[in-house]
Amino acid sequence: MAEQVYWEDVEEGMEIPPLPKIATTTMLVRWAGASGDFNPLHYDEVFAAGQGVGKPIIHGALKRQWLVHLMTDWVGEQGSLKKLSCQYRAMDYPRAMKAQGQPMDGETWQCKGKIIKKYTEDGEHLVDLTIGVENGKGEVTTPGTATAALPSRG
Amino acid sequence: MLPEEITKFIGQATGVTTYKVEQGAIARYADAVGDPNPIYWDEEYAKKSKYGSIIAPPGFFGWPVRQPRSAEEPEVIMGTRRGPNFAEIGLPRVLDGGMEYDFIKPVKAGDTLTATSQIKDIRERTGSTGRMAFLIRETTFTNQDGEVVARTRSTSIHR
Repeated sequence: MAEQVYWEDVEEGMEIPPLPKIATTTMLVRWAGASGDFNPLHYDEVFAAGQGVGKPIIHGALKRQWLVHLMTDWVGEQGSLKKLSCQYRAMDYPRAMKAQGQPMDGETWQCKGKIIKKYTEDGEHLVDLTIGVENGKGEVTTPGTATAALPSRG
Repeated sequence: MLPEEITKFIGQATGVTTYKVEQGAIARYADAVGDPNPIYWDEEYAKKSKYGSIIAPPGFFGWPVRQPRSAEEPEVIMGTRRGPNFAEIGLPRVLDGGMEYDFIKPVKAGDTLTATSQIKDIRERTGSTGRMAFLIRETTFTNQDGEVVARTRSTSIHR
């Protein structure tokens, strides 16, 4: 994990380190098992086609957890994530598998965040960010916001 | 206009569910996200952390972590036991629209969470693909010590 970030070290307009993610059909099955969301929309081609989304789509909640991962990595152990929200605005589709454990070439998503406000409140050192998951074309399919408390050098 | 059989649910509580936060479930969840942070699986590391224990990733609780099935009732998603039947008004498909979280206190392995939900709003919209209904549900999560650990506001899209 990266070095601990401190509130004094950040400023409004600053981008945080992006977190790349890929999704494969195998990963979606693993997420279904871990999260308990067994909606066939995410692994059954015939069902997904009947739902008007073309083919199985990535779970919105998995993209949300990618954003949580982006934020918790950035705030580090001394920081804490206070709020996170996101909207699933556009569909994302997983890569198929070439062989077991080997995804086909394809899309890589980038989870990104940018600080829009730096302030203190009730003794806490806080930052607000816009966050989002960008698809391989650079389109934000899952925009959101986050608030985090960072440690202060005092 | 949405019929009264749907809108009557606005403001209604939709049930209370409890969930045991299992350590193995936390590890599998973090693995599925692709998050290798040892705070989710390494007991020794976690003991020395500020939390003193393995914690659940923010977002672990709540949608879509489910309660196990029991003899008395079918599988239920935490806090989503009751609600309107959109299929009856010709909107059988559902998509997850998004989520807002307030993370108030850490959730630790071994905690027991109680989720209390209420339907805040149900709105109709006409989009490019036709008629849709948006359902907004708020859930409060409380741990075994009676502390509120998180609040969520979720949107489901029925079409």
